[in-house]
Amino acid sequence: MRTILSISDLRKSYASGFEALKGVNLDIEEGEILALLGPNGAGKTTLISTICGITTMTSGAVKVGGHCIEEDFRAARAMIGLVPQEINLEPFETVLNSVRFSRGLFGKPKNDALIEEILKKLSLWDKRTSQIKELSGGMKRRVLIAKALSHEPRVLFLDEPTAGVDVELRKDMWEIVRELRESGVTIILTTHYIEEAEAMADRVGVINGGEILLVEPKADLMARMGKKELHVQLSAPIAAVPEALSAHHLQLGEGGQSLIYTYDVKAERTGITTLLNDVAAAGLVLADVSTRQSSLEDIFVDLVKGEEA
Amino acid sequence: MNWTAVSSIYRFEMARFFRTLAQSFLSPVLSTSLYFVVFGAAIGSRIDQVEGVAYGAFIVPGLIMLSVITQGISNASFGIYFPKFIGTVYELLSAPVNFLEIVLGYVGAAATKAMFIGIVILATAHLFVDLTIQHPLAMLLFLVLTCVSFALLGFIIGIWAKNFEQLQLVPLLIITPLIFLGGSFYSISMLPPVWQTITLFNPVVYLISGFRWSFFGTADVPIGLSLMAIALFTGLCLAVIGWIFRTGWRLRA
Repeated sequence: MRTILSISDLRKSYASGFEALKGVNLDIEEGEILALLGPNGAGKTTLISTICGITTMTSGAVKVGGHCIEEDFRAARAMIGLVPQEINLEPFETVLNSVRFSRGLFGKPKNDALIEEILKKLSLWDKRTSQIKELSGGMKRRVLIAKALSHEPRVLFLDEPTAGVDVELRKDMWEIVRELRESGVTIILTTHYIEEAEAMADRVGVINGGEILLVEPKADLMARMGKKELHVQLSAPIAAVPEALSAHHLQLGEGGQSLIYTYDVKAERTGITTLLNDVAAAGLVLADVSTRQSSLEDIFVDLVKGEEA
Repeated sequence: MNWTAVSSIYRFEMARFFRTLAQSFLSPVLSTSLYFVVFGAAIGSRIDQVEGVAYGAFIVPGLIMLSVITQGISNASFGIYFPKFIGTVYELLSAPVNFLEIVLGYVGAAATKAMFIGIVILATAHLFVDLTIQHPLAMLLFLVLTCVSFALLGFIIGIWAKNFEQLQLVPLLIITPLIFLGGSFYSISMLPPVWQTITLFNPVVYLISGFRWSFFGTADVPIGLSLMAIALFTGLCLAVIGWIFRTGWRLRA
């Protein structure tokens, strides 16, 4: 795999003195889906805007397909498609003209067959002669995607593509993103929804306070940081964890009805057998046993909290 | 040069114009007719000739200038302000286009619209007064240059403006007075000597004088000076726009 987008020591300060990006380093491989997670104001949109040329960088370097975004901006930008977070569309224009305009603006020759294919894929073909103001919010978001795809980008930025979109449309979008990846398009998406990153991304980056906290393959991240919890439901509540079980560092669940044991999935010995034996030896009667794997959300919350602490 | 992008912007902007073609066509016809009723018939009948030209005909070049200048400014300023206002400017800024291509698209479309209005007014005026154009090529040149240069100025205003009020401010407070005081409806030779001198600092004087010369062969200032003034003004606007795109002023955060 080759690196298609390379960001080194990217900094962005605003006139007010606010530092939105504090030296971002990030390499993105061709054909991958990278999900950028971060709370509001973390710098996700600023990062995308700077790469796309909407805001100017204070210092650093960004290369797209080997082209510097400042000196060789034409070649760099021609490779990029952007689906912005806000629904920014000319309300009085028709869907078809709006999408054709985007293709022309990027210097690509007219190709109505391709535009038709894109509009059909996004279920917009029936609406092609409608004015954009007549469309629903979800449809407008599809128009934004169609505009970005109209000029056949190699790298696609999706800035919170499913914010305020209903569940069905969200699933549709995931499907579209997967198809795009199969056609070789590199996708960088920002999102609030961990579910989205978990469902789609190959790698996950966490950004907070203008800094990338980590970038890792999603599976690694979940395995490395993934803790598992064993919940032991008791048939009768207890007031405290018995002395005999103190070596296991158990927590007492709500109402004294359960014992919670945290263990590392990747450890050689999880200690579950010993624990269950000890529980039985302590005279406790088990009602049920369940396990719970921590999600990306827990990992994310831990990371961002750790940063703030 | 990304000519595909230039023509895309141009056609997109012209589409807006064609959507409201009836308005675009009717309002200049109506306002020109009103000017002729008021200035041509009511007041003009009490005025003899001005510099050997019947007053009704004399005001035609000024009337056209008044419209193309205000139209050029408002079309171009709205053309670039609207994408800023609704947010679609993101696409322009992230596209592989340079400032010259953006300017050619927007200013070209705005100037075309202004040209169209100018020609409609000329045709309407023809219904009211006898007109012979002595230097048709020069007339066309002045018309094109005026449309383009004031569309450039409008483009700057559109980028500068932070709200709709500001969008109206410059045309209302500066341009309209300059046009009215620039000899649209009179020859500056009709003014007292002191005011004649002061008027020479008004750039619009040179435009209207040159344009009028192309109709009637008489001018307030030498024709060469008129051409130089408009060239200088166009160059100045281009330099300002070049600076705006280099620095990203009011465009890129």
